[in-house]
Amino acid sequence: MKIPLRFVVPSIVFAGLVVFFNIGLRLNPGEIQSPLVGKPAPAFALESLGNPARQVGSADFAGRPWLLNVWATWCAGCRDEHETLMAIARQNRVPMVGLNWRDDRALALRWLDQLGNPYVAVAFDPDGRTAIDWGVYGAPETFLIGADGTVLRKHIGAITLESWERDFVPLLAPGGAG
Amino acid sequence: MRYALLIVVMLLTGQAFAIDAGRAFDDPAKQERYERLIRDLRCLVCQNQSIADSNATLASDLRREVRDLMEAGQSDEQIRSFMTERYGDFVLYRPPVRPRTWLLWSAPALLLLGGIGIAVLVVSRRARAARADPAVLDEEPDRS
Repeated sequence: MKIPLRFVVPSIVFAGLVVFFNIGLRLNPGEIQSPLVGKPAPAFALESLGNPARQVGSADFAGRPWLLNVWATWCAGCRDEHETLMAIARQNRVPMVGLNWRDDRALALRWLDQLGNPYVAVAFDPDGRTAIDWGVYGAPETFLIGADGTVLRKHIGAITLESWERDFVPLLAPGGAG
Repeated sequence: MRYALLIVVMLLTGQAFAIDAGRAFDDPAKQERYERLIRDLRCLVCQNQSIADSNATLASDLRREVRDLMEAGQSDEQIRSFMTERYGDFVLYRPPVRPRTWLLWSAPALLLLGGIGIAVLVVSRRARAARADPAVLDEEPDRS
């Protein structure tokens, strides 16, 4: 029996739409893959948050893997994330550097005082220029930089222990991060 | 009349929402170039606005960056690649033609060709039906 074309064509179109939406609706358009992953980490040298006379820069961590976490006191996601950052810091696997983005120095210092400080150093970026170099568009953002200075991973939004264990820790394993 | 006035007033409120109130450059040619550049760059915080339309902090930072790069004598191409190196092609409202975007760029032509194809098919089939039985033209269109 021959099935008429007027049944076949809409069925194919419908099946196509099902596939299309099934993929499309699962994507998160808010998450833009950074072109930085796989490229050398942008260099920076900024004032330390706690001590304007001191500098914090990417050169300080060259030769070993490190994390860069972009945060600010005006960022609600950073507040949500802070507990997780503390837990990651307690694991003591990799030094975590903070990039304090477009923030107020006194407020930022009070935040670390009250909530705990997971960072080995915090760079102060009040005009957001270093953040632009790193392609930051929504704090919190977390980068993993390998020992060779390559950006290995970027996480946008509050990091969870699940995504930390799944996406970051394997890259830290000997041979994984290089 | 009162409604007409209301509509005119509502249309004018757009001016009140202009973001970049101060001019970036005194030179009108430079200002025009600046405005063209920032209209073509997407604000990543509020993704359906250009950095010309957005008052997000990041958008104003990126406008400042465009201004500084122009003052440093960078070409439009250099300014655009400064942005894509950091934010990817997504930051451009006019994505470049690449293997990844071929489907995007060719979609209008493909849809047009598809439409023409369907139209030709329907017309020729109806013409054939009309030749076989001219009466069909006077009746309800054949829905086969």
